Amino acid sequence: MTESIDYIALLIQFSVAMAFVVVTLVATHFLGPNRKTEDKLEIFESGIESIGNARLPFSIKYFLAAILFVMFDVEVIFMYPWAVNLKELGTVGFVGMFIFLAIFLLGFLYELKKGALKWE
Amino acid sequence: MDYIVILDKTILIVAIFIVSLAVAAYATFGERKVAAWLQDRVGPNRAGPFGLLQPVADGVKMFMKEEIIPNAANKKLFIIAPAIFMVTALMSSAIIPWGKPFEIGDRQFHLLVADLNIGMLFVFAMVALGSYGIMIGGWASNSKFSLMGALRSSSQMISYELPLGMSIVALILFAGTLNLTEIVEMQKYGNWNVFYQPLGFIIFLVCVFAECGRAPFDMPESESELVGGFHTEYSSMKLGLFLFAEYIHMFISSAILATLFFGGYHFPGIDSLDLAPNIAALVSIVVLFSKIFFFIFLFMWVRWTLPRFRFDQVMNLGWNVLIPLSLLNILATAAYVTFF
Repeated sequence: MTESIDYIALLIQFSVAMAFVVVTLVATHFLGPNRKTEDKLEIFESGIESIGNARLPFSIKYFLAAILFVMFDVEVIFMYPWAVNLKELGTVGFVGMFIFLAIFLLGFLYELKKGALKWE
Repeated sequence: MDYIVILDKTILIVAIFIVSLAVAAYATFGERKVAAWLQDRVGPNRAGPFGLLQPVADGVKMFMKEEIIPNAANKKLFIIAPAIFMVTALMSSAIIPWGKPFEIGDRQFHLLVADLNIGMLFVFAMVALGSYGIMIGGWASNSKFSLMGALRSSSQMISYELPLGMSIVALILFAGTLNLTEIVEMQKYGNWNVFYQPLGFIIFLVCVFAECGRAPFDMPESESELVGGFHTEYSSMKLGLFLFAEYIHMFISSAILATLFFGGYHFPGIDSLDLAPNIAALVSIVVLFSKIFFFIFLFMWVRWTLPRFRFDQVMNLGWNVLIPLSLLNILATAAYVTFF
């Protein structure tokens, strides 16, 4: 079904979108006033002078969520070709995926037990 | 011959582009009117008749504002971030079939930019890339509010992408294809996927709300605690691009919801009428857009009805409720497809 014209169309769409973004950013750069003061260029911190910079260590939970996402997302991607072809694969395909999902589920349960997803 | 096809595509792309921008602009107006209506107020009514020129006024105002890049920010990343966010939002409309083909002479004018056989995967790719815009923007601002907003936003988006993808797997088990045109054609005569995949639809809907960062999942920019979240430091049209892209996200998500679960441009009754091809094409566009507007209204309705979640509640819902549910849904659907 997919032909090269479809990818050419995607390229055209990408260039149109890029053109729009570049034109807006350039236009606003030249249209707006330009009266900069020191205070204006400060980082917003509710009116208080900011202490240090924002390159702070953050909660490990965010990092864990990201790592787990990468793992599970790969597993979900494996499901797509299977889902497209299940009707032809029949029972063998179902059983195969059942085993795969069981392992998936085991990993998920382990992670829940370890408290990796507790956000308090 | 190829040049004519390319010309067709270019016309279509520009048209879709203008329509998305117009819908997004008027969605901001609609949002305020719906909010006003739900809160028993009048809403914007000064600019033009019934306030209809309000989006234009807002847009012009955004352009005329001073552009501020804080001294502490990483200048290049600060400028690139809203561009990434906007471009990916605009790109994701490429695989949506907008209607039946027009017939001009002996040629067919397809209302679809790219007929990809990996249609849904393309959308996921664009959504995932969009979260880079938020992450980069929040980090480059070098502000604590922005950093918190970006962290929350990116972990919310990746957490909800899993159940989002898994609810689609169940639908694909039925459809046997990732191509959106084929999925729409299967839903002719009121054979809508939502009747076969009610649980999948609910999971998908919740995840779409989270992906768009709409209430009740608007933690990343909760103004009462994080000022504006990842776009605290942004001003002028760079802020405009962030806000605007969110409304485009909403428009595209509504289109995808309508396409995947509610028959796309098909409507029972209208399918069986014997219309001339060009009139049928026009009617199909109207049908799809009425569904899209319904979903956009749903987005606003929910926003002005439900309070915001706490962040741990958002993550719990995503990981502990939606992922097991969608796994169950996949297994049940697979068993049904294999054994019945």
